[in-house]
Amino acid sequence: MNLQAVRSIYLFEMARTFRTILQSIISPVISTSLYFVVFGAAIGSRIDQVEGVSYGAFIVPGLIMLSVLMQSVSNASFGIYFPKFTGTIYELLSAPASFLEVTAGYVLAAATKSLMIGTIILATAFLFVDLTIQHPVWMVMFLVLTCISFSLFGFIIGIWAKNFEQLQLVPLLVITPLVFLGGSFYSISMLPPVWQTITMFNPVVYLVSGFRWAFFGVADVSLGLSLAAITGFTALCLVVIWAIFRTGWRLRD
Amino acid sequence: MAPIVSVKDLTKTYTGGVSALKSVSLDIEEGEILALLGPNGAGKTTLISTICGMTMPSSGRITVGGHDTVRDYRKARDLIGLVPQEIWLEPFEKVHATVAFSRGLFGKRRDDAHIERVLRQLSLWDKRDAKVIELSGGMKRRVLIAKALSHEPRVLFLDEPTAGVDVELRKEMWETVRELKSRGVTIILTTHYIEEAEAMADRIGVIAHGQILLVEDKTALMQRLGAKRMEIELQERVTEIPQGLAAYDLALGDEGRRLVYTYDTQAERTGIGRLMNDLQSAGLAVRDVHTTQSSLEDIFVDMVKEDAA
Ligand SMILES: Nc1ncnc2c1ncn2[C@@H]1O[C@H](COP(=O)(O)OP(=O)(O)OP(=O)(O)O)[C@@H](O)[C@H]1O
Ligand SMILES: [Mg+2]
Repeated sequence: MNLQAVRSIYLFEMARTFRTILQSIISPVISTSLYFVVFGAAIGSRIDQVEGVSYGAFIVPGLIMLSVLMQSVSNASFGIYFPKFTGTIYELLSAPASFLEVTAGYVLAAATKSLMIGTIILATAFLFVDLTIQHPVWMVMFLVLTCISFSLFGFIIGIWAKNFEQLQLVPLLVITPLVFLGGSFYSISMLPPVWQTITMFNPVVYLVSGFRWAFFGVADVSLGLSLAAITGFTALCLVVIWAIFRTGWRLRD
Repeated sequence: MAPIVSVKDLTKTYTGGVSALKSVSLDIEEGEILALLGPNGAGKTTLISTICGMTMPSSGRITVGGHDTVRDYRKARDLIGLVPQEIWLEPFEKVHATVAFSRGLFGKRRDDAHIERVLRQLSLWDKRDAKVIELSGGMKRRVLIAKALSHEPRVLFLDEPTAGVDVELRKEMWETVRELKSRGVTIILTTHYIEEAEAMADRIGVIAHGQILLVEDKTALMQRLGAKRMEIELQERVTEIPQGLAAYDLALGDEGRRLVYTYDTQAERTGIGRLMNDLQSAGLAVRDVHTTQSSLEDIFVDMVKEDAA
């Protein structure tokens, strides 16, 4: 194993993150605060409670998920797209490092950044609503797993993308709708039956549900199913990345 | 001794259908400097990229230090340093950081002293905290070299290292390359400057249209090129070479107004003195004399033309 390569890539990427830390953190914090004001205060005052939880608190897990998913995908996709764009990928391709090592370096760096942002948003949430986290260990585990799996997904997007438009398209056109329609701001049980069935095909439902269970002990789907879904998604991404490096798709001529 | 780099029957056809390498075989000995010459699009970069792992071979086999570059890529790439033709650098990174990064990527333990040595050797130490974007073109190219040297390769590929580098720096770069050679590093460089190949290489390879036309010892090649021509302009036209001069390798030119004498500069006697005497004896008055030497460039241009025909 070339762990030194993983470490080098990780630290190099983290250094880039810390150079732009302020803009990385300010924008999610501001947008999350706005969500709290709009959803929590304005709308929440009329909704009262969802499944025994105040609406303001109910949306916290969903809001964190929204930011973490977006951040993971965009951090990781940018992380690997940029070397492709500047040509410095030549070094990754000619280094004595395996696909797993290169992927680990970039994905762990992207996941770390989204984890930091997720944590900051959680801290911000405490300013707006009363929160008690019932299963903190599970909460952290869900958060970390989500950061990693969606960073893997973002990594694939970064390799796939041929230009900056494509790079931004996926978070915008895929992630945002999936999160909004994935029960981030409502309980699935509030939907008409047909939509409940359709929603079950949305992978984000399982993430938000598991994550929310860790907070409040209530869930749309069972904990086991949530865990299986996120593990399955992670495994799928890994297989795809393995295949990409094996065939050299969009990496090597 | 087994060659440090061995390329056997390598072909490369790009996805678009361009056949960039056609059954290339090449052995590179440890410690030598091999210069690859060839016109644009000859396949020099493709050959290097395929050895280094950026491009996948369509068929054939490559070993570096005895390790297959596909199956045993880790061990093979451990030995290789690559300086690409293009300036592939991240614009906002600092010089020292990006060079140190390369070392780590190649699995080598951090070694600030080594990085400092490399940066000093390439006159980049003063610029260590500058961002890449603030550097001149020649400096950027040296950063690329520093990155490749950061992980102490045994085989160094330099793809047009002196393109866009001024004369003085070029000489300095040659010096760096010689120093590396003296430490036992094998160097493969591509260039369009014949004098660069002449000045640096132990062996010279010529590649065109994806094929290696020749790989030869430089001194042997230069000897072959040692032939010199002396053109003797005559006061008056002659219709044929006079009897008394039959012993010389002479040709008639410019409708009899000129004699062309070909001789070997490496030979002990060039025969010029005797020829001059004999010209006088034959009653030919000489108006002017000048000599030309065929260069590597002539041979190279001829060869590429022949190949195209
Ligand atoms: N990525 C690529 N995809 C398709 N064709 C390519 C690619 N890279 C190079 N080629 C083609 O392969 C051939 C060899 O190119 P290569 O870059 O190896 O030449 P070169 O000898 O390095 O030329 P130069 O002196 O201009 O650098 C050319 O016909 C080129 O158009
Ligand atoms: Mg080239």
